Amino acid sequence: MNAPILNRRKFTKGLGGIVLAFSLGPSELLAQGAPQPQLPGSLNNNRMLDAWIRIASNGSATVFTGKVELGQGILTALSQIAAEELDLPLSRVKMISGDTGQTPNEGQTAGSQSIENSGTALRLAGAEVRAILLELAEKRLGVTPDKMTVNDGMISGPDGRYVSYGLLASTANLKREATAKVPPKLPADYKIVGKSIPRHDIPAKVTGGAAFVQDMRPLGMLHGRVVRPPRYGSTLVSVDDAAVKVTPGVVAVVRDGSFLGVIAEREEIAVGAREALAKNAKWNLGPELPDPDRIFEHLKSLPSRDQVIGVKEGMLLAGGRMFQSTYTRPYTAHASIGPSCALAEFRDGKLSVWTHSQGVFPLRAELAKALKMPAASIHCIHVEGSGCYGHNGADDVALDAALLARATPGKPVRLQWMRDDEFAWEPYGPAMAMQVKAALDPEGRIYNWQYELWSNSHSTRPESTSGTNVLAAWYLAEPQQMGPPTSPPQPAGGGDRNAIPLYDFANQKVTHHFVQDMPIRASALRTLGAYANVFTIESFMDELANAIAADPIAFRLAHLKDARARAVIEKAAAMANWKPGQQGDGSRGRGIGFARYKNLQTYVAVVATVEVDRATGRVRVPQVWAATDAGLVINPDGLTNQIEGGIIQSTSWTLYEEVQFDKSGILSRDWSRYPILTMPDVPKVTVELLNRQNERPLGAGEASQGPTAAAIANAFAHATGKRIRSLPMNAQQVKISLR
Amino acid sequence: MATNLKVNGQTRRTTAKPDTPLLYVLRNDLQLNGAKFGCGLAQCGACTVLLNGKAIRSCQTPISTIGNGEITTIEGIGSLATPHPVQQAFIEEQAAQCGYCTNGMIMAAKDLLDRNLRPSETDVREALAGNLCRCGTHNRIVRAVLRAAKVMGRT
Ligand code: FES
Ligand code: FES
Repeated sequence: MNAPILNRRKFTKGLGGIVLAFSLGPSELLAQGAPQPQLPGSLNNNRMLDAWIRIASNGSATVFTGKVELGQGILTALSQIAAEELDLPLSRVKMISGDTGQTPNEGQTAGSQSIENSGTALRLAGAEVRAILLELAEKRLGVTPDKMTVNDGMISGPDGRYVSYGLLASTANLKREATAKVPPKLPADYKIVGKSIPRHDIPAKVTGGAAFVQDMRPLGMLHGRVVRPPRYGSTLVSVDDAAVKVTPGVVAVVRDGSFLGVIAEREEIAVGAREALAKNAKWNLGPELPDPDRIFEHLKSLPSRDQVIGVKEGMLLAGGRMFQSTYTRPYTAHASIGPSCALAEFRDGKLSVWTHSQGVFPLRAELAKALKMPAASIHCIHVEGSGCYGHNGADDVALDAALLARATPGKPVRLQWMRDDEFAWEPYGPAMAMQVKAALDPEGRIYNWQYELWSNSHSTRPESTSGTNVLAAWYLAEPQQMGPPTSPPQPAGGGDRNAIPLYDFANQKVTHHFVQDMPIRASALRTLGAYANVFTIESFMDELANAIAADPIAFRLAHLKDARARAVIEKAAAMANWKPGQQGDGSRGRGIGFARYKNLQTYVAVVATVEVDRATGRVRVPQVWAATDAGLVINPDGLTNQIEGGIIQSTSWTLYEEVQFDKSGILSRDWSRYPILTMPDVPKVTVELLNRQNERPLGAGEASQGPTAAAIANAFAHATGKRIRSLPMNAQQVKISLR
Repeated sequence: MATNLKVNGQTRRTTAKPDTPLLYVLRNDLQLNGAKFGCGLAQCGACTVLLNGKAIRSCQTPISTIGNGEITTIEGIGSLATPHPVQQAFIEEQAAQCGYCTNGMIMAAKDLLDRNLRPSETDVREALAGNLCRCGTHNRIVRAVLRAAKVMGRT
């Protein structure tokens, strides 16, 4: 976390002190024709040691990461890894994150990749920096490094002589390319990694400290607000801004084509001016939205690029039993509690933006395109915002703030979206349809599995495609276009993430119908397609088990060789005291769901119970148990917090959430039209971690959502004998299914 | 057109218009970070502060309606050096992910515990029902409030 800068002196110093001269990146090295051995993790693209770690003369380390804090505790976890390898106490490791002037470019903080990419880089860089310091200590201590011990940054020889990191710092040359050849510590020797170190950011957050970009207020700061069109693609015909312009406290009304905003001296004046402008704006409405009742037919009717992603061809048997089901999930909002916010300032032709974007470098590239200025003149600095759970309004509001700040050079403008800006304009997790067919042989084994899914893109983030991928750019007087949406390739995948089952089927075919046309703006929501695919696969596994009266857990294990997968399923069953053959009683039941995230990250098995109120159609989830294998655990409490949070968020998605819209536009504009899970209905959650010291550590922020959805759906079916295949499982759906 | 407000035991003066929501005055004029803008519609609880000890939504409270009332914000109940037992309990339970809802949770909990030092888990969940959290930190928050209740009951 970069603490918000609150006083003027520091603020301007921060602006002037943009350090763009930096260790050479990979492209420069390539230009010099240097050979490029593959380096692990993010070292590969940020190869210089001092891009990651610098040691000061007081012996403290500054550790740089391109990954940013989103409330997932990543900076605490990364500081543990660096401190461990450097043999420094955590108190002497300072983290600098997500700053285009200072840190490595690690793209987006997304996809549960930070521990693997940044963590791997810091582990190897840390080990190497320590080795360099030990080598330098040789002269002073008169012994070779293998005879030295290091404690809290103090290197001692066997005779008691010692030298500190601080003393060696000035002679240590870290301006060199990492070799990744110094072996890091063995997990058995860890002292800091593997401990539940309390998060660094929490004390400020519970005492009103400046913790968020929303809390920044440099001297002379102005307040901005934007007026968005009634719906996508509308153009601004005219706006009568005469009254607003003369309102005391209004500094400027900014219009550029169909982008409209206002700057005021006080926040409430900006809010009032926004309302007044909205009333006096005339719009040419963009195209109607699709009919919400036929949204899946509509998506399926659009042209698609079909990719067959998982084929296995074994012996085809004749005479099995065929089954088929169709599942859907609706558009789902990130719905951050705090609307997106940014602070921007133009000064001497340079732009500085404080942002809670998940990727400051990609954002900078988009801002450069949208504002037609060189990226080198833009400095993006990450400061925390409200949790984002993927691509929400963070990047868009940064461009909005910059467009306003351009009208008031030398004066910073802070802009926080209003609730309806966020709900109506964020890119949603896209609606998806899944169709699955399977055949069982006479022994009750699945021998054929055919899976198809239809989905829009799950990533229209900055730099995910050509064109300009920030909202306001599409509405300028010279509008820019978003590039054609793309889908990340397998094995991680986009809409097809986790579409290939981890189970062993003799024959299988998985087809991803990637629909490029987006009738409703969509992008990355935590898990991408994995939530819906795991919900489908795991629901259908239960349908098949049910068809032959098999126990759902035994049925899964019968199709699963992967030992770690089996272990989490068995563990979750034990935690929940799972009894095969137990019957639901019409309103209460239990179910299981399992997945390995992306088929290559964390394993999670979830057992959930439900209580169905048949009269009201209300479903409650009293208890959830989850067994997790995330490889080597860096911070057990942090990992548990992520798994728990994922389970609770997914319970909310699964039971309640759906973006409401009609042909006229988005209807979910506040919490009354987008209800989420609240405190009294939050399940009790029990998480167990299977720590695997010798397996690589895996990200877990997105691992529990899919299994949770399936466990709830399976528990509902177990309770009532009816299956819900269209999410969410709200009262309306429940009543239809129980009819 | 100035308004005097009693905030955290001090009288503070603001020239904001009388219909200005308290939230903006706290955040911008008094530079108090705790109360957050979440919805501006009294739907989420992020902006919760205490007025005469009772939790209110500062986003929907015009300053003209406060009169002599005593406003307490999260900054007024404790600090980094001397946290209130509820704040301390949130640290001990690591009861935050992004932490954006945290202010509202703590202030609503303070309101509850000032009325009821022996709340059941259900009491806590009901008292916080109007405070939304998106990160799924709820259970830790409940544990923190119950932990604080124990500590406060002892002293
Ligand atoms: S900001 Fe006041 S209740 Fe949401
Ligand atoms: S901790 Fe993020 S909203 Fe509650």
